[in-house]
This record gives sequence, C-alpha cells and structure tokens, in this order.
Amino acid sequence: MTEAIQPTPSRVAKSEGTGASADSSEASLPSTSRAMRCAARGIKKAFGTTPILRGVDLEIPEGTFAVLVGPSGCGKSTLLRLVAGLEQADEGTITLADRDVTDLPPRDRDVAMVFQSYALYPHLTVRDNLAFGLKLRGTPASEIAKRIEEASAMLGLAKLMDRLPKQLSGGQRQRVAMGRAIVRRPTIFLFDEPLSNLDAALRAEVRVEIRRLHDRLGATTLYVTHDQVEAMTLADSLWVLNGGLVEQKGPPLEIYERPRTKFVATFLGSPQMNLLSGRLVKEAGAVFAEGGGVRTRVDDDRFKSELDDDREVTIGIRPHDMFLAKGDAPKIAELKVEIVEALGSEAFAHGWLTSSGPTVVARLDAADARSVKPGSVIPLGVAPSAVHLFDAATDRALA
Amino acid sequence: MSARAKKGSLLESVLVHVVLLVAVVYALYPVLWVVTLALSPTGGTESRVLPIPRGADDVTLDNFRLVTGAGDPERGWLFARQVVNSLVVSFATAATAVAIATPAAYALARFDFVGKRSGLRGMLLTQMFPGVASAVPLYLILDALHLLDTRTGLVLVYAATAVPFAVFQLRGAFLAIPVDLEEAAMVDGATRTQAFLKVALPAARPAIAVTALFAFMSAWNEFILAATLLGRESAFTLPVVLQSYVGEYSTQWGAFAAGAVLVSVPVMVLFYVAQRQLLSGLTAGGVKG
Repeated sequence: MTEAIQPTPSRVAKSEGTGASADSSEASLPSTSRAMRCAARGIKKAFGTTPILRGVDLEIPEGTFAVLVGPSGCGKSTLLRLVAGLEQADEGTITLADRDVTDLPPRDRDVAMVFQSYALYPHLTVRDNLAFGLKLRGTPASEIAKRIEEASAMLGLAKLMDRLPKQLSGGQRQRVAMGRAIVRRPTIFLFDEPLSNLDAALRAEVRVEIRRLHDRLGATTLYVTHDQVEAMTLADSLWVLNGGLVEQKGPPLEIYERPRTKFVATFLGSPQMNLLSGRLVKEAGAVFAEGGGVRTRVDDDRFKSELDDDREVTIGIRPHDMFLAKGDAPKIAELKVEIVEALGSEAFAHGWLTSSGPTVVARLDAADARSVKPGSVIPLGVAPSAVHLFDAATDRALA
Repeated sequence: MSARAKKGSLLESVLVHVVLLVAVVYALYPVLWVVTLALSPTGGTESRVLPIPRGADDVTLDNFRLVTGAGDPERGWLFARQVVNSLVVSFATAATAVAIATPAAYALARFDFVGKRSGLRGMLLTQMFPGVASAVPLYLILDALHLLDTRTGLVLVYAATAVPFAVFQLRGAFLAIPVDLEEAAMVDGATRTQAFLKVALPAARPAIAVTALFAFMSAWNEFILAATLLGRESAFTLPVVLQSYVGEYSTQWGAFAAGAVLVSVPVMVLFYVAQRQLLSGLTAGGVKG
C-alpha cells in the first residue's frame, strides 16, 4: 500500500482514549485530550411543526468510529444529513476539523457520504463514479488515477472499472459507493445505513470490511444504523438517540452492561431485556426485588443509596442472564414454557412467570433445551449483579 | 429458461407465431394499401382482394415524381422548400419545448415555491382545450406580430402547446430519479446547478428523448393550425401540401398516398435512431434494486 492509506498517528492515539475511559461512562468520550474531528452543539431541527432534533451535542474525536443508533424517527439520519450539509439546522453549530461549517454547502465541508441506496451515478462507469468528485474539485488526472488505483485495490474493484452501476450486484455497488468516499480522503466519512439493502450473509461480511477499512485508513467515521448488531460491533463510541435527544453515549459494551434508561436497556440486546413491574423489599439487611413472579436479591453495592424499602421499580433481566437453576442454585422464578426456539448453539424459552404477567424470554444451553418442552415449568436463576432496576415513574436506572 | 424451452413445445411456438402474424397483418394492412396506392399507375381506389400490386405493370414511381416535382425544377424547389419547412418547424418545436420544459419540470419536481400547485393546475387546464379552439385568437396574435406565413410563428404556436405536456412528462421523470443521486453529487463537490447538469439531466435523458420525439411528431403531423396560419404555398408544411391533393371534385389518391409515404419516412428514421434511448431504463442500477 502507498503512504496515503497508512494508519495515521491519531489512530494509534485512539486506543489510549478509550482505554482510559472504561471507568466512568461520562469520561468515556474524551472531549479535551484529542482534537475533535466533528462536533455539533445544541442542534435543533424541526420539519414543519414536528421537532426532529431537540438539542443534541455530538463529539467525535479524530480516528473514532462513532455510531448513531436509535429507532426510526429518532433523528439519527437527520443529524447525519446536518453534518453533511444536506439539511440546515434551526439552531446550533457544527464544526469539522475545528472549522465552523454550520452555514457551508455540502461541497465545502470536505465530507464523504455513503448512502443507503448507494446513489451511484447511473450513467457513469465505476471508474467515472469514483473520479466524479475529484474531477469536480480539479484534482490532476494523474492524482485521480492514483487514488482510484488505491481504492480499487483496497476494495477489489479492478475488474468492475468499466461497468455501469446497473451491471453490478448489490454488494458490488456497495463497494463502489465506499470507493467513491475513500478516493476523496475526506475529513470525515458519513454512512447512512449502508448495509440495509444487503442480504444477511453479505451484511455481516461488509460490516467487518467497513471496520477494517476504517482502521486501515485511520479514518474518522460517523455511521447511522437502526441495527443494534452493527451498532455494537462497529462502534468505538455509541450514541443512542431517542425522540430527538441523546439518551446515552459511551463505548458500546458499557452501554449494554449499564443502560441508563429503560429505553436503552430494551433497545440494545436481542432478545430484548425482560421487564417486570415490582417493588423493593428489605429483609434482614438484604434487599430483594419482587414482582411479576420474580423474587431476587439485588446487589446492593451497585445501587448505593437508592434502594429504599417499598420503592416501586421496573426489574430488568436480560434473557442471557437468566439460566436454568440446577442443583442448589437459588431459584428466582418459575417459567411456564410456551415456545422453545432452538438456535443450535443455544436456545430461548418463551413463556410466563405468572398467569397475568408479560411474556418472558430465558436463554437455555443447547443441551438443556432438549429436555424442555412447551407446557413444562422450569426453575430460573439469575446472578444478582445482572439485575437492572429502573424507577417505575421516570424509567431511569437506579444508581 | 432451458426447462421452459423444452416444455414450450412446437405447438406453442407455432401458436405464438400465428398470433404475431395476425397482429402484424392487422397493423400493416392499411400501410400496405397506402404503399400500393402510391405505386399504382392509375391511382385507382378500385377494389382489390389484397392490397398488393397485380404485376410489374401495376408498379410505377410516377406518383412520387408528381409529388416531388421531378423534372419540373420550379415544383421541385417548392417541394424541397416545403420539406425544409416541416423539418425546421418540427425540430425547432422539439428543441424549444424541451429547452423550456426541462428546467421548468426540474424546478417543479425538486423545489417548493409559491404558485407551484396553481401553476401545475393551470398547465393542466390548457391541455383540456383542443388546439383548434384557439386557432382564431392565434391567427390574430400572429397577424399582429407579423408572423403569419412564417416558420417562426408556427414554431411559437407549436412550442406553446407542446410545453405543458412536456413539463408534465419530464416532471414525472425527474420525480423518478432518486434525490440521493444529486445529494451524493453535492457532497462530492457539485453545486446545485452542477448536480442538475451532471447527474439529474443525464439520468433523465431517455425521458427527454421521448418528450422531444413527441413534440417533433405532433409538430410534424399537425394540420389544422398550419392550414389556418399559413397561406403562401412556399410556407406550407407537408400535411398542408398533402391536403392539397384532396380536391373538392376529384382527389389524386396516388399522389396523396405517395406524399403520405414520404411524410412517414422521417418519423420512421427518428424512431429507428432513438429506439435505444426510448427503451433503455438508464436509471436502473444507480440506486438499490
């Protein structure tokens, strides 16, 4: 590879940043130690009378792979389009590489974007698609040829150069779209749900490819998706959006393990976290969460002072944290099994803890799953540290 | 495909060809009549079982010579001038209509502005009246502008009637082009205008070709307005020339048919040249699909 695509020093610096951040969720996105490639402050945007973004701050340090995730309508795509300059914010500022670009048109922002639809120019060959942006910017022909050569080698496009987009498969089009971004060497790469139009197998493959390219180029990336697997696997820095606000930000595993709201808890993780209405009960110095057919001790060290007796809470337990209680393992509930989904390596039992309660999902080992039949009742256990508690009124996690 | 081919027996193939043959005969029968008439020495409309010449004696090019004025320089020049009239008027109409309608249609497809909806409705309204309804006012307007009996006058009239339809057709074409393409171009470094010229316009090329062809053909075939607005023989377009062979007391069917054949040739050539543009879905593959 030529020097142009060597990792930049900033990429090396990155690992220090995330490493240092592991101890506290707020500090996990260092805002002072490194130059911000992209920063948005106080962004508000409404379409007509419908507010889409209601005051969002975003910070992406150099070399970071940032992912915006959230349900449809949460404003993540709008935020990306604001960074690209395809929409104008009603309020707030956007800086790219310390340059205020809030009022600049897209072409003056030095960003490259990969669209969900790929948006390849249908009348141009792959080569001309790649060259389009460079030609517009008056890049010398020799430099264009060199950059196309590099991108083509990276993405395996050499044989496709003279084809039109309509002669390419979905995966090939996706690669060309990435190539078109790479040749530009932009301040920041923007991805708008780039894998949505690929089939499952290809999606997994390209996902890895995107992360590999990011690392190799030492790029700074802002990536929008509604797919939590993409969000978890790709992100250095994950931003969960809901209703036009950032609900939680941080390294993906930290958010998964310590969701700060009920929304984040249920949005990340598949199958979804089980939620049961209940209350806290203090007995003999220990605190228990009770409700919806569950009674489990909660790890009181973690929750500090918020474990008031009789407090109404929502109990959250991920399916993967529930297990078939065997031997003398403490049983927290009994599951009346309705359906068993066997996935080979593991299985999920769907059923009820009480006759009136919500459906609950528990993970089973593949071996145990064989003996569990619909209609049977199985004892469930859970590690106290895996129990999440949310305030019943505010939906915020107890801390 | 191969399984289908095996299954698709001889019978199926024969049936398909019979149906196609009937369709071809149905479509070409009147054309055959005209061609036979054009080649007939008598120009007669006498009944024939099949509209084909009866023998070598039954074929002559006299009708074509009459129409084109072969052997008579004065008539020949006149006919040449009339052909040029038709070509110039039709090409100019197509070019003017497309040049006006393309940016208008793009604006109506991509931007919001005051009067957009009422403008669209207004244009639709103009399509409700047949051209002949405006023949008299148009005559008066052209007279006031001293454009009667001129190609310019006719082009103005034709373009005015062709633009609304062309706008509708092209607006549909632009709406069908994903906005993503132009946004990608703008992120890539294009201005709004460059995004239109370098991306939207090429993507709309097949639609523009169809629109231009329609405008060309409607101008090429138009008779009533041309007959109303043109008085001098040297200003005539071909449909008006053709009509002159249909007299009050006698009709020169042979010459009329020969003229009809000659008039059809340019349109056939245009279709042949443009067929690739007309058929290709050029936007296919630009975005997902």
